[in-house]
This record gives sequence, C-alpha cells and structure tokens, in this order.
Amino acid sequence: MQELITRAKELLADGTVSRVLGWKKGDMGWDPEPAYFEKEEELENFVYNPFCGANLSKYLIAAGKLEGTTLVFLKPCDTYSFNQLIKEHRVKREKTYIIGVGCHGTLKAEKVRDAGIKGIEDAVIDGDTLKVKTIYGAKEMPLMDALLERCKVCKGRTHVIYDELIGAEEGEEAGPVGLAGDRFAKVEELEAMSPKERFAFWQGELSKCIRCNACRNVCPACSCLKCVFDSNQFDSNQKANADTFEEQMFHIIRAFHVAGRCTDCGECSRVCPQGIPLQLLNRKFIKDINTFYGEYQAGADTESRAPLTDFTFEDVEPGIVGERGGGR
Amino acid sequence: MQVENTEFRPKIVAFCCNWCSYAGADLAGSSRLAYPADVKIIRVPCSCRVNPMFILRAFQRGADGVILCGCHPGDCHYTTGNYYTRRRMTLLFSMLDYLGVENGRTRVEWVSAAEGVKFSTTMNEFVAKIHELGENVRLEDLRCKN
Repeated sequence: MQELITRAKELLADGTVSRVLGWKKGDMGWDPEPAYFEKEEELENFVYNPFCGANLSKYLIAAGKLEGTTLVFLKPCDTYSFNQLIKEHRVKREKTYIIGVGCHGTLKAEKVRDAGIKGIEDAVIDGDTLKVKTIYGAKEMPLMDALLERCKVCKGRTHVIYDELIGAEEGEEAGPVGLAGDRFAKVEELEAMSPKERFAFWQGELSKCIRCNACRNVCPACSCLKCVFDSNQFDSNQKANADTFEEQMFHIIRAFHVAGRCTDCGECSRVCPQGIPLQLLNRKFIKDINTFYGEYQAGADTESRAPLTDFTFEDVEPGIVGERGGGR
Repeated sequence: MQVENTEFRPKIVAFCCNWCSYAGADLAGSSRLAYPADVKIIRVPCSCRVNPMFILRAFQRGADGVILCGCHPGDCHYTTGNYYTRRRMTLLFSMLDYLGVENGRTRVEWVSAAEGVKFSTTMNEFVAKIHELGENVRLEDLRCKN
C-alpha cells in the first residue's frame, strides 16, 4: 500500500496527473470507499486492502470530462470494464494513467463479521488465510469463507490494460488462492432444475429486491446518460413495486441491456443490500453467447464487435432453446 | 342474464413484420385459411423493431404466449434486421426459460408474404400448444387481471 501512495505522490508532484482516483478509509475499517485525491497530503487517507472491492472504472467516465489526467488504480477485473468502456467511447484513454494493482481476492465484510471478528481495522491475505487486524488484536480465518462469490471463481489476475503494474506481474493467471472455479457451475445447476423449480428459485430471490437501483448505479456497463428505468413511460420506473412482476421485469431488462457487454466483474452482486445473486442472470447470457456464438469475453480487447451487434448467416434459430430443453 | 364464460381462451400476441409476415397473414385471410381469433396481430416495421421489453410487457399484461414473425433470414426488407432479431430472441427466450417461463410460450417463425398457408398452420400449432400449457398465471400483472 505504501508503494502505491509513494508512486501516486511522485506522479502528482511531477504533474503527470492532476488527481488520483483510489479508495479512502471509510467510517469503518471494513468499508473503504472510492475517492479522489488532489493533494499529496490527502493521500494519507488512501487505503488498498482486500476490502477495496469497488470497481473504479465507471468513475472514469466523469473523470474524463475533468481537466488533466487522472491516475487510477485498477484491479485485474476492473481493467476489463475499462477496456469495454473504451470500446463504447465512454472513457478517454489518453486522459487516464492506469496503475494495475495486484489482487488476491476481495472480501465480503459481512462474512468476516459473521465469523465473529469485531473491531476490524485492516486485513491482509496470506496464502489461503485471511489475517485481520482488529482493535482486539490479530485474528485469522480461512480466506475461502470470507471471499466474495465472484472471487471464488476468479477469471484471472491478468491486467488487460495498464501503464504500469505495482504488486502484480504480467501474465499472472491463477485465481486468488491459486484455483479458479467454474463460474458457470451455479448456472448449470439451475438449468438442470424443472421450470417450476427455477421459477420458484427466481421468484424467491427477486422478490427480495427493494428497487434501490444500486446494481444499476454501480454497473460499469450501465452508463447510459438516460436510463430506461428513469423514464416515466416505463412500467418499472417507480421505486415501490406495484405488482409481482416488476422486479423481474427490471432485472431481465437490466441483464439484457448489458448482455454481450457485461465483463462479469460482479459489482451487482457485491453491492446488492438484499444479497440477490444478480451475477447469475448475467452469467446465463454470457454462457449462452459462448455456446451459440463462440467464446467471448467483453473487455478483453477494444476492437471486437459485441455479440448482439453482430451476426453470421449460420446463427442458430431461436427454436434451439426448446430443442435443447432444460433451460440450456 | 349474464353468462360467465369459463372456457379457456388464450391471449396470444403475434408481432408481424410489415413486409413479409403481415402480408402473409393478409394472404392467409384472402385465401380463406382459418386461424384462431385468439391471435392478436401487432404490425411492426421489421422483426428487429421488437424490443425484448415488448415481449416481457405482453406477458406482464396477461399474454399466454408471444410469437414473433419476420421475413426469412436473407429476405429482410432492411437487409439484415432479422439476423439481429435472431440473436436477440435466442438469448431472450433462453433467459425466460431460465427464469421458469416455459419455452413453449415464446416462438419465432419466419413467414414470407407468399406463405399464407404457413402462417395459418403456424398459428394453429402455436394456439394448440398454448392450450396444452394452459393459462400463464405467472407473469400476469395483477392490475390487469380483471
């Protein structure tokens, strides 16, 4: 962390960048928040620890409109989102200085607290143990029990875009604890259920939705200037649900809007106050796109065409869904 | 005296593209080919005009089935519209199935202006399928129930 602060100070001092976008200490040790730093002394509040889950890419849309270059710290996952935003002409590469930071997984603070750890001040990942610094002294817990779901199936530790790397090496591929699980495992599990069971599962999950719009606001792909959900012409614009289908409509449409553009960064699931596994909707689209139209990772490059703005003459017919059956 | 009709009459929404399928439906009519009156046709400029939200909204407002008809791939009046439709609808139908809406309730069929027979057989088949699946109570908006 000190290394990051030192480098940020250097770049601020020599005028390469006019501001730094990073994470600062939150009210509690476990909730660092995204922040801009414009002066060297402000960097004293800078933090980077496994609680820094926030993807900073989306802030660069606004940062691109400001005077001067912005220094940003991006984790490997976040660089995919940034690439995707370049492809959509939303961010300015030339006004951004990217430092790729190493990542060994990000934590779900609730899980750490549920494990009975109180007074959290800081945390360090050491192999497959999580070492938490608390006001009651040092505590330890298995890393796997504290990780966010998205990090358990990490898609790799390679930064796809950066100016320099700190605490990471080029071409690192393993997941946080050296294993990357199958990210489609849960999707396949759902597909294997009967339509009634699937409906019950989603009815249960989506009924928890309180329409706080956190998933939309945090999503780097949801960066439209005018959002359909803010339109008063749309059935789901109001915050309180008037019927049982509204939250389903909201989530299907939101998932569809980011289909083919979602980099699977998992911010939606991370911020959901109700703990809805929203990533499962996006992953279903990713899985279908991979099956029907070939492997595609949004944000892996800045050139390729998104699957839904492209076609081939030989594409499968929509009837394939019924023929394959079982939601596959 | 008012007689309550308890027989199940499915509500079926058919989106038909102006250039092929709508003309196909017209031909079915002028050729005296029968298809169920439960099918309500909505004319769209191109099958590509159909926003996935239209389909969801149809279900929300109580449709039991939604069918989308367009020109055969390669015959689109706007050259490539239906290729995009094909990808979108494949993904949307797969998602609906994933959420537990039976796949039989959604369908895409390519009907040209000359295929009046195909239009009528498709609609007959689709309505029969919806009869088999029964009323779609799941996605119905309670406000529109009565």
